[in-house]
Amino acid sequence: MIKGVAAVLVLLLPWLLGLFPGAPVSYILYLVCLALIYAIVALGLNLLIGFAGQVSLGHAGFLAIGAYASALLTQRLGWPFILALPTAGLVTGAVGFLLGLPALRLSGPYLALVTLGFGLAIPQLALWRGDLTGGAGGLRELPPAALLGLELRSEQTFYYLALAVISLLTLLAYNLVNSHTGRAFVAIRDSEIAAQAMGVDLVRYKTMVFAVSAFYAGIAGSLYAHLIRFISPESFTVFLSVEFLTMIVVGGLGSVPGSIVGALFLTALPELFSRLPLLKDFKNLFIVVFGAILILTMLYFPRGLAGAWSGRRWRFPTRVVKQPSEAT
Amino acid sequence: MAWLLTLPWGQLLINGIALGSLYALTAFGIVLIYKTTDVLTFAQGETAMFSAFIAYTLLTNLGLPFVPAFVLTLVFAMGLGALVERVLIRRAAQGAHLNAIIVTIGLALVLVGGAGAVWGYELKPFPDPITGPPLRLGNLVLTQLGALILAITILLMLLLFAFFRYSLTGIAMRAVAQNRVAAQLMGIPVDRINALGWGVGTALGAVTGVLIAPTNSLFPGMMGDVAIKAFAGAVLGGITSLPGAVLGGIILGVIDSVAGFQAPELRTTIAFSILVLVLVVRPAGLLGRKEIKKV
Repeated sequence: MIKGVAAVLVLLLPWLLGLFPGAPVSYILYLVCLALIYAIVALGLNLLIGFAGQVSLGHAGFLAIGAYASALLTQRLGWPFILALPTAGLVTGAVGFLLGLPALRLSGPYLALVTLGFGLAIPQLALWRGDLTGGAGGLRELPPAALLGLELRSEQTFYYLALAVISLLTLLAYNLVNSHTGRAFVAIRDSEIAAQAMGVDLVRYKTMVFAVSAFYAGIAGSLYAHLIRFISPESFTVFLSVEFLTMIVVGGLGSVPGSIVGALFLTALPELFSRLPLLKDFKNLFIVVFGAILILTMLYFPRGLAGAWSGRRWRFPTRVVKQPSEAT
Repeated sequence: MAWLLTLPWGQLLINGIALGSLYALTAFGIVLIYKTTDVLTFAQGETAMFSAFIAYTLLTNLGLPFVPAFVLTLVFAMGLGALVERVLIRRAAQGAHLNAIIVTIGLALVLVGGAGAVWGYELKPFPDPITGPPLRLGNLVLTQLGALILAITILLMLLLFAFFRYSLTGIAMRAVAQNRVAAQLMGIPVDRINALGWGVGTALGAVTGVLIAPTNSLFPGMMGDVAIKAFAGAVLGGITSLPGAVLGGIILGVIDSVAGFQAPELRTTIAFSILVLVLVVRPAGLLGRKEIKKV
């Protein structure tokens, strides 16, 4: 019942916003679209970190690859958007697969560092190949998203596109985590050695989760490029990667709905800080609040909003007991 | 490959070692913190940046001379590190490995935002601790600041070496790094050692912050690139090895200096490509020991 009402409200959102006189409908919808795009990245990132336990601090790099791939395919090669969208996802997924290969041999701190380096390197590469990517100026006037010859120029129409894509990807994520593949991810997260002993093929599942996670980010990147219709290396900083991490931490590691809620919440937060009367005075402290949310969530609600919602187990369910470091 | 021979190798090496010794100090701090508390900190650059701002305030607003301001800054950084360990890390380190990493990322954001709110985001010139004509040896040039950086790094390394080798506290820290439980059973106050590890590690980062500020200027994002290179240096040398951190930091400095000469826009990319290659071939780093996981 509640779910049905919520679904109707979500579908009618553009119309509902119109009921408030003076509300900046298209701006709000633009933000919602952006939040949905980030939510797609968060979904993929949560599969990687929350379910499979592999850290990534470079997901903005995957978003960038998807965005540039889609932008170049549509603008330079004249591909229709409907083909560029999945292609961007697949290309990014392939890059994710490649990044998963060194990740096979690396764990914890090393993996965090390699992914961080990846996230830093992608914008630099975009700057370097200025002939292809437009360099620091970026790519401008990208074609709008289009379906069956219909251009989705307005925020209203784009909203439904983003909604459709995220619904499909959420469904995929649910199916994945509830399948034997998802259980293999969780087994790897909880103990690689135990998983291996039970017959989980580490090579296969680790590269697979990287590829799937990157695929999500690539799809999001394509949508991003055709929503904003301007991309530059500046749009894909490491700070954005940290934001994605914050989204899933706040929403709840290892929770599919948590990823979406976290993304919506953290996209709305800076807007609230620059607009609400009381919070406006603390605009300068926005980054501090951001960091504080990350710290407090981790210390007091390690399972994020999803954990607080279910209320049963408030602790991140991996090994809480730390193994003493071994003498060598 | 002929261009390799045409590079001014001597000068690039000197620049690289001066820069790399700064990376080495920060990397040493990261490894020290990792070894004592098992936490990989992503806030090392930001605590250093914050300390550099403290030094700036002491130098310009209070008009202190460089040496007392430097010492006071180090005391501040040690306090900050110990406080962070006591308030945040001790709690976070009880959870999964990722928890503590995320907490340090949050801390980095708080420090960047805090410094921005207090001192502003625009670039500030940092007073030079030392001025004068550069030193020359043949056709090689080393600025006085570069010489000072090298001197301070060598001095600190010797001090740290003596500290870990001969002092009781230093030996206790090594014991904790090797085996926490056994160390505790031997009567070593592990909590205090952890706080000390964070304090000393943070102070080493602060040295980097203060010494790099005159060339890089002072602003909340100033340490981003430096910390990442230091990080790469620590991993390259082996995240479990203190001498490895020094070696890795200096290698990163030299790579940076050569890559900066040849393809400035790809400095970070080149540094990371080399790093990934090393890690794939030798996952424990150059001097690190392979961790053997007991089940």
